[in-house]
Amino acid sequence: MTAEIIVVTSGKGGVGKTTTSASLATGLAMAGKKVAVIDFDVGLRNLDLIMGCERRVVYDFVNVVHGEATLKQSLIKDKRHENLFVLAASQTRDKDALTQEGVEKVLEGLSEDGFDYVVCDSPAGIEKGAHLAMYFADHAVVVVNPEVSSVRDSDRILGLLASKTRRAERGEKPVTQHLLLTRYNPARVAIGEMLSVKDVEEILGISVVGVIPESENVLTASNNGIPVIVDSNSLAGQAYSDTVARILGEERPLRFIDVPKKGFLQRVFGG
Amino acid sequence: MGILDFLKRKGEPTANVARERLRIIVAQERSNRGAPDYLPMMRSELLEVIKKYVHVDIEAISIKLEQDSGHEILELSVALPDGKAPAKSDTAAG
Repeated sequence: MTAEIIVVTSGKGGVGKTTTSASLATGLAMAGKKVAVIDFDVGLRNLDLIMGCERRVVYDFVNVVHGEATLKQSLIKDKRHENLFVLAASQTRDKDALTQEGVEKVLEGLSEDGFDYVVCDSPAGIEKGAHLAMYFADHAVVVVNPEVSSVRDSDRILGLLASKTRRAERGEKPVTQHLLLTRYNPARVAIGEMLSVKDVEEILGISVVGVIPESENVLTASNNGIPVIVDSNSLAGQAYSDTVARILGEERPLRFIDVPKKGFLQRVFGG
Repeated sequence: MGILDFLKRKGEPTANVARERLRIIVAQERSNRGAPDYLPMMRSELLEVIKKYVHVDIEAISIKLEQDSGHEILELSVALPDGKAPAKSDTAAG
């Protein structure tokens, strides 16, 4: 049994890749899968903070690639889920620290260790780190904000997934593409200030796997180092749970894409 | 819409503008996708050659690369100006 490789990518920075990687990996682990989540952003390690394990990083991804540490020594076990592990990015400034062969070796090692899923948190851009994060993928979660530059960049990324991955080069079944719309604000969509789910789907020619509403809970979660999916009371957490279920093949209707109905007092006083 | 909403400044409904701009740019970038990196440079060099003979603008030249069952077609089209005035008169009298 080989591990399914999922890349979380976007092209543009700051759209929610690391937030998504953390919640996706945690959600898959909550569904009983054995999951590793790898930070590919060499030089700008951040997944460890979002996962709340920053003080437990001893060895990192580059150490494993260079044979300076074993996978077992480098995987950081999650505090809450025993079948969830984090592999931190290196803080080296050497851009060539990762190689295609090295990454392949690590992914094969994880497969041999019985992992069901490996989530690859891509850096922004389309340089080497982003290329390596997507190269071996079976699935891609393309994170997009309802905003012009993000939509354009994600179209670019969808093109790269279709041409610059191992599956594309070998002429195998293409990488399964999942579009995830984050920072969605239904109230602004309703008054025509923000691109709608339908707009983004039509422009990119692909339907969404989930819509994550803009939510204060995302910042709270990152402040605390707890992936927002763990906060089952938050709308963003629930939307991530739905997304993970859909990636696992379950059918769930989209939620939180309409403006919530207001109560009497809200209607009178606004807000 | 509540009473207090009148006090809030509302933004312009600009999502339509964003959608139309994206439709155009995404379609344009998709048509160039997979094209070799040398195309823009070839386009400007071709322009230099054409300019020797006819006055044309870079906008008048379009290069398209199309994939058609197993072979690629490089299509070059040049919109010539109405007057077809020669750029340099090598055969000028005198």
